[in-house]
Amino acid sequence: MSTSGTPISAADVAKVARLARLDIDEAHVVHFAEQLAKVMGHFSDIDALDLSGVGPMTQPFPLVNVLREDVEQPCLDTDEVLAAAPSSDQRRFRVPPIIGLDD
Amino acid sequence: MTQDPLSSIIATEDQMLEGGWEMIVGLEVHVELATKTKLFSGSPNRFGDEPNTNIDPVTLGLPGALPVLNKQAVELAMRIGIALNCNIQPCIFHRKNYFYPDMPKAYQISQYDIPLNIDGFLILPSGTRIGVERAHLEEDTGKSTHVGGATGRIHGSDYSLIDFNRAGVPLVEIVSRPDIRTSEHAKEYVAELRAILEVIGASDAKMEEGSMRVDANVSVHKPGTMFGTRCEIKNVNSIRALGRAIDYEARRQIDVLDSGGTIRQETRHWDDAEGRTHTLRVKEDADDYRYFPEPDLVPLAPSAEWVQAVRDNLPMLPAARRTALSALTGYDTQSEAVIVVVERGQHDYVQAVVDAGGDAVRALIYVQQGFADAGPVPAVPAADLAKLTILERDAKLSATQAKTVLAELVEHGGGDAAAIAAAKGFEAMDTSAVEAMVDEAIAADPGAWAKYMAGDEKASGAIVGRVMKASQGKADGKIVTAIMQSRRPSA
Amino acid sequence: MATIPTTASAIAAAIASKQITAREVIDSYLAQITARETDIHAFNLVTADAARAHADAIDADIAAGRPIGPLAGVPIAFKDNMCTHGIETTCSSKILEGWKPPYDATVVSRLRDAGAVMVGKTNLDEFAMGSSTENSAFGPTRNPLDTSRVPGGSSGGSAAAVAAGFAPVSLGSDTGGSIRQPAALCGVVGVKPTYGLVSRYGLCAYASSLDQIGPFATTVADAALITEAIAGHDVMDSTSIPQPAPALVASVTQGVAGMRIGRVTDLPAGAEPEVIARLNEAFTALEAAGATIVDITLPSLSYALTAYYLIAPAEASSNLARYDGVRYGLRVNAVDTNSMYGATRAAGFGDEVKRRIMLGTYALSAGYYDAYYGKALKVRRLISEDFERAYAQVDVILTPTSPVVAFPFGDKVDDPMAMYLCDIYTIPTNLAGHPAMSVPFGTGAHGLPVGIQVLAPALGEAPMFRVGGALEQAAGGVK
Repeated sequence: MSTSGTPISAADVAKVARLARLDIDEAHVVHFAEQLAKVMGHFSDIDALDLSGVGPMTQPFPLVNVLREDVEQPCLDTDEVLAAAPSSDQRRFRVPPIIGLDD
Repeated sequence: MTQDPLSSIIATEDQMLEGGWEMIVGLEVHVELATKTKLFSGSPNRFGDEPNTNIDPVTLGLPGALPVLNKQAVELAMRIGIALNCNIQPCIFHRKNYFYPDMPKAYQISQYDIPLNIDGFLILPSGTRIGVERAHLEEDTGKSTHVGGATGRIHGSDYSLIDFNRAGVPLVEIVSRPDIRTSEHAKEYVAELRAILEVIGASDAKMEEGSMRVDANVSVHKPGTMFGTRCEIKNVNSIRALGRAIDYEARRQIDVLDSGGTIRQETRHWDDAEGRTHTLRVKEDADDYRYFPEPDLVPLAPSAEWVQAVRDNLPMLPAARRTALSALTGYDTQSEAVIVVVERGQHDYVQAVVDAGGDAVRALIYVQQGFADAGPVPAVPAADLAKLTILERDAKLSATQAKTVLAELVEHGGGDAAAIAAAKGFEAMDTSAVEAMVDEAIAADPGAWAKYMAGDEKASGAIVGRVMKASQGKADGKIVTAIMQSRRPSA
Repeated sequence: MATIPTTASAIAAAIASKQITAREVIDSYLAQITARETDIHAFNLVTADAARAHADAIDADIAAGRPIGPLAGVPIAFKDNMCTHGIETTCSSKILEGWKPPYDATVVSRLRDAGAVMVGKTNLDEFAMGSSTENSAFGPTRNPLDTSRVPGGSSGGSAAAVAAGFAPVSLGSDTGGSIRQPAALCGVVGVKPTYGLVSRYGLCAYASSLDQIGPFATTVADAALITEAIAGHDVMDSTSIPQPAPALVASVTQGVAGMRIGRVTDLPAGAEPEVIARLNEAFTALEAAGATIVDITLPSLSYALTAYYLIAPAEASSNLARYDGVRYGLRVNAVDTNSMYGATRAAGFGDEVKRRIMLGTYALSAGYYDAYYGKALKVRRLISEDFERAYAQVDVILTPTSPVVAFPFGDKVDDPMAMYLCDIYTIPTNLAGHPAMSVPFGTGAHGLPVGIQVLAPALGEAPMFRVGGALEQAAGGVK
């Protein structure tokens, strides 16, 4: 598949902004679309590469099986943590009504 | 004839639904692992603590926090994989990105295309084999409480409160293949799975408390055609509710299809009080989780030695326990008594009664009937129960008397069966007294006797009943039958 | 009052031998901050009172004959994306303004245990995204050598702090050049260690598979000293290499006799002529010092920028999703949680952060993963393999650090691609996970400093510091 050269549209930007939970007004959507299209244009250079047989590299340094023992560690202080919260109530984090989200 | 590639299992005739429909069910079961700490950090994995006390930078998704995998969680997940006959493979973790206030990092660390356990199966006690596609590790979310509004439910609430104690608790998600064709099998699958999880110490697997959560994917189709569109049923909080929810949902889908409608792929909520499912949300293209390999973790590749060590230390699984109990008692592995006793974890107790000199069959039946609430280790000493089985076997007590003594033993947590029997005035009647009673019974119901003489075995019941009544249960049923047979001319 | 030394090693030695007190040292550096910080804006926060108290405690320890750490009394500045318990940590973002972490980053606690004294938290491009420190929500940092120009970025505050004499050493983080490029532009030494050598625990993540913490210093030896102090296994970071910290200070003076130095013949173009001239002089100097120059090729290098600007934003889009107004930081109230998310994140993040979040979200989204993120991971492998082949022939590789010297404010800020090209020589190292350092080596246009970059294979810090030390020596004779 070779879509790296595909220009990113305002609709793409709007959709991506929704996914990323970034409220962006229409003027900015167009502005970002232009900038991102330019950037993505540069990125089409890798379309020419033959990457068949090349495995993805997900780790800069090859380690495996890094595990910790199942031993309790000290917890954070609830008061200190809740003091940093934008809103809390009954020792819990308080948020506005949850609608328009997945279950 | 086309067959759906997802499952090759076809419902038997008696499993078909009316109208020629077949239901296709797959189950996704989330179980909380019985570790001391969370999947990726050292705060306690403990239920019922004060809110937001079992928290650390990782649990809260604080900037800069990094996950480190809990070895015991991996080991418990491997136990599950082995118990479900899975291949255990080198695997990696992925991030599943979505926003929700009880998901601290706005992504869940889970496993995606390369999970720990794949390609297993579970054989139901009734013999049906259900494929297990995968059993992977992932982290739990926090808990939201919805405040205000009329219902206390999410819709119409004024605000919500989040407790992150549960966030990061290790989960294994066990995904079955869509091999289930009846609600009975679904219930059996979950019951057997629960028994396995308990036996191997992976989870306390309590559906009511949420440490085992079952989602059902239900669709219907006509055999030979591709599977229908499926709906995911959530909020099923007991095995009984699971059966009801699946039957309701299959019926609902058939009604929609029969009346020319179509099923949309959606998540539906089971309302146990109303006995129906309703739409929670429609699956949309917007479900774009942007999975990618978790860069803060390294691959997990259990060595062959580690897998073998876990396998070697696995306790006997319920299926093997049923086989052993069957061998001990002569009862079939699929008999109610064997299934129930193993499910309750009382097979070792039955064995102990036999080891104490007890009669195996009577031990099994006593335990099945008298120890429903006694747990895996009943309070009655095995030796005490063994004595009772022998008294009955040797006809020192009738079955009815034995039952009374059993109730006494259970009530008092043990005791000398012979002494209890004596105190109750139970004594074996001598045969001549029973013979006299049999003759009286025959005289009192000549009609039944005539039928019995003519070969109608069922007619014996009336005579035996009269003898039992006359003896106040002291007569041994087997002896009564033997006397009656001796009165009947041999064929 | 005795003269205050300018290097960390000399300060530590002078304090330990009671020639000066830790308090005298800290007062001297705080005085320098008072004198110039208004012009430079290297810091988001100067922790003067805590620094004096810490210095007094060290002096008390010394007076009482109690043991002190190897860096006791050495002033140090931390980039403001490293968590400091109870001390504001903002990542130069409005979304974290006022946030006081309930825990310390591993590097912070290690340096405190060694006796280093924190003087403040330094400015950065918001969430370390940028190459000029112009993307800070709290205003840019100015280059101490020419305050009309940028200090580079994203660790511009940490580079400027050392260049301005606000601290002898500081820590930065380097995801695509964010230590080395500002070091080059400010004329100081900057080191990005091997991925996994220094714990990332407590470093607010930009791109997890690329981020690495490292020091700024005025000398190569100081950079080695601080690298030693912060390196070594940390159980809190799964990607931390399970080895003790290597000994590096001794390497600095070992010389380069017999070493093989790689010259990249297919280096991506775009560097200013003076920068290339300094690079050639560096090769000459090293050859004169006994090294052999070997021509190598890195054919996939030209694709590094693309791979980086797909991988880093993709990881960032996920790493920065946690700033949702629920548990800490900014919240913009709204009628429901979903609206609160959108409003909070729109108000809390600056444009460059939004651009990268959107770019990364796009690169990971359904239908595009294979074309963008998946492909970028494969290019990453190609680049890594290029280096592997090269390091079969050479011990280290020399390139420019930055194609350009410090540029004026506003020069590139509206042209993301021009800004991204600043990282063209530094990015490949992060993709490979290798160490690299920038050493000041003469000047370029406008008399501004040029940095030469020394690249080494994974865990090749010792040969890297040998060459760094030799370059530093040679630089004394360069214009």
